[in-house]
Amino acid sequence: MRRIHQLVAAAGIGLLALTGAGQEATAQVKVGAVLSVTGPASFLGDPEKKTLEMYVDAINAKGGVNGQKVQLVIYDDGGDANAARTFATRLVEEDKVVAMVGGTTTGATLAMIPVFEEAQIPFISLAGAIQIIQPVRKWVFKTPHTDKMACEKIFADLKARKMTTIAMISGTDAFGKSMRDQCVGVAPSSGITIAHEETYGPRDSDMTPQLTNIRNKAGVQAVVNPGFGQGPAIVTRNYRQLGITVPLYQSHGVASKQFIDLAGPAAEGVRLPAAALLVADKLPDSDRQKKVVVDYSRIYREKTGQQVSTFGGHAYDGLMILVEAMQRAKSADKVKVRDEIEKTKGYVGTGGIVTMSPTDHMGLDLSAFRMLEIKKGDWTLLN
Amino acid sequence: MPRLIDSRYTPLIAVALIALLLPLIFPSPYYYRIGALVFIFALAVIGLNLLMGFAGQVSLGHAGFLGIGAYAVAVGPTHLGLPSWFCIFAGAGASALVAYAVGQPILRLKGHYLAVATLGFGIVISIVLTNEAGWTGGPDGMSVQRLVLFGWPMHGSKIWYWIGAGTLLVGVALALNLIDSPSGRALQAIHDSEVAAQVLGVRVARKKLSVFVISAVYASVAGSYLALLNGHVTPDLAGFMRSIELVAMVVLGGMGSVFGSLVGAAVLVVLPQALTSFHDYEHMMLGLIVMGFMILLRRGIVPALGAALTGRAL
Repeated sequence: MRRIHQLVAAAGIGLLALTGAGQEATAQVKVGAVLSVTGPASFLGDPEKKTLEMYVDAINAKGGVNGQKVQLVIYDDGGDANAARTFATRLVEEDKVVAMVGGTTTGATLAMIPVFEEAQIPFISLAGAIQIIQPVRKWVFKTPHTDKMACEKIFADLKARKMTTIAMISGTDAFGKSMRDQCVGVAPSSGITIAHEETYGPRDSDMTPQLTNIRNKAGVQAVVNPGFGQGPAIVTRNYRQLGITVPLYQSHGVASKQFIDLAGPAAEGVRLPAAALLVADKLPDSDRQKKVVVDYSRIYREKTGQQVSTFGGHAYDGLMILVEAMQRAKSADKVKVRDEIEKTKGYVGTGGIVTMSPTDHMGLDLSAFRMLEIKKGDWTLLN
Repeated sequence: MPRLIDSRYTPLIAVALIALLLPLIFPSPYYYRIGALVFIFALAVIGLNLLMGFAGQVSLGHAGFLGIGAYAVAVGPTHLGLPSWFCIFAGAGASALVAYAVGQPILRLKGHYLAVATLGFGIVISIVLTNEAGWTGGPDGMSVQRLVLFGWPMHGSKIWYWIGAGTLLVGVALALNLIDSPSGRALQAIHDSEVAAQVLGVRVARKKLSVFVISAVYASVAGSYLALLNGHVTPDLAGFMRSIELVAMVVLGGMGSVFGSLVGAAVLVVLPQALTSFHDYEHMMLGLIVMGFMILLRRGIVPALGAALTGRAL
């Protein structure tokens, strides 16, 4: 029996010792990242990881930050918030990172926030929801635009077309749910009335009944569809099949070529807000973001052989905001770096032009979104 | 030696010693968190092991009870103003009720049918937690208020290491008691042959139901602790993959071995942390190691090693 105990104890110690292995004691700036590289959110986490690795290498090739090399420590949470929390603790306690770029999903980010707040380490999240920066937390920032801004952008476009009464059909997945709530929240202040609401499940394959309800509702001038994945494509197809003529608005959640392929000719005339990155080639040369987004798309395509996505862009922005803050602070001191991140002003990134303040830890405005219309199977830039 | 092995409380002493001695080699609070996670998962695994290893019933939806426990301590204090400690018990009570109601029809099924029915149950819980966003915060989850006991906030990995260890000891003691009782022997009879057990006068359906309820309570308490440790809950806690993870911990550690439950939980909590240095090959390594264990130690780590080292079953 004692031998078993010894064996188990030895195995335990061995495993624990393993976790501590692979650490080097050099004067480097350690930046941590916990990303959902595998699991259901891997379509977000994978480009984020590739982007961070790519650009940290590029920064080090140019001599690093303030003469120090950047060492990137990436952990994969597999989309599990509990694992994310464990890795966050590990980054703080074991790896002793000076800053953190990451947190792919909102759930993982919210689970990790207490760890970084307690340790007083700057944390730039790559997740969407507004709860991350509202209320403002001293050590927490984020780069992606919020769903609320997408709603406001759509509503502004509706107002410009003199439409005020809309119907909404939203997915019940995380993205659809969050954006739907934000849209309902900002509708009154934007002067928009939501006359009718429908929902569909993320795996539903026919939305005709919901859309029939919307068609039968009098006075609806436009339909907005907050959703993600294949759902919005099915909505778009059913929409045309039912012969609904009022304008259809999709969200930034489907701002990918795949949507146009799935929806086919039905996508004609659909409008949606999207980040500049998706229409990099179509931006006018006078656009301040043009150079950044074109360069990032090109480099990402060359290095990975894959199409660029906005998610990788968020990671790019997070890393660059951090690096610039370190350069301004002339050190990797956590407090100074945090203060400098908050002072970020006029940073031109893939997600927009970022100007942060003590009350705004995202620093994007509506100009971060471009209104697109699908014409002849391709995006066209409006206004 | 032999007397020590025969003692039914050997696993209890082993767990207590491990919990007391491990902190001596912990270099940082991060290790306390890992330890706390191991103890908390071990608690859920012991419950599931009672069901799988002793009664011979499979549950592929046990994470559902983790979810009920976790959301009880999240929703109760936030929406209803109940104290957190009370919600741990309320969650356990709710899990017991749900297990009782669901178990009535489900446990009449056998083999694959039982597995599929429990699988469905787990998925239903996970869908409810995701969709009832008004209460649960939806897919992004919700934050959990800290547990306050006698005016002291229970906060940080170290405290939860000791709370987890203490509760695990209670859980182990209760499980050992159950196993050694007439009920436990009846359960083992069911495990070996339901028909034979019935002939001997064991009320099969009732025994199965009661052990299902007990295992649900174990999982629920573990879920509550996990939520209080993390300060944030998300629905993936109740997801299908988590149920599979729990079953894997039972099988890996050894079905029917209480100490095996702790070992199974420890291996599957610590391995992903230990394997991060393999980067892209992390998941492959994890799979290979688990496969290796299952091929070489077919009965589970503890029973197989026990048999190998002492020449008899542990």
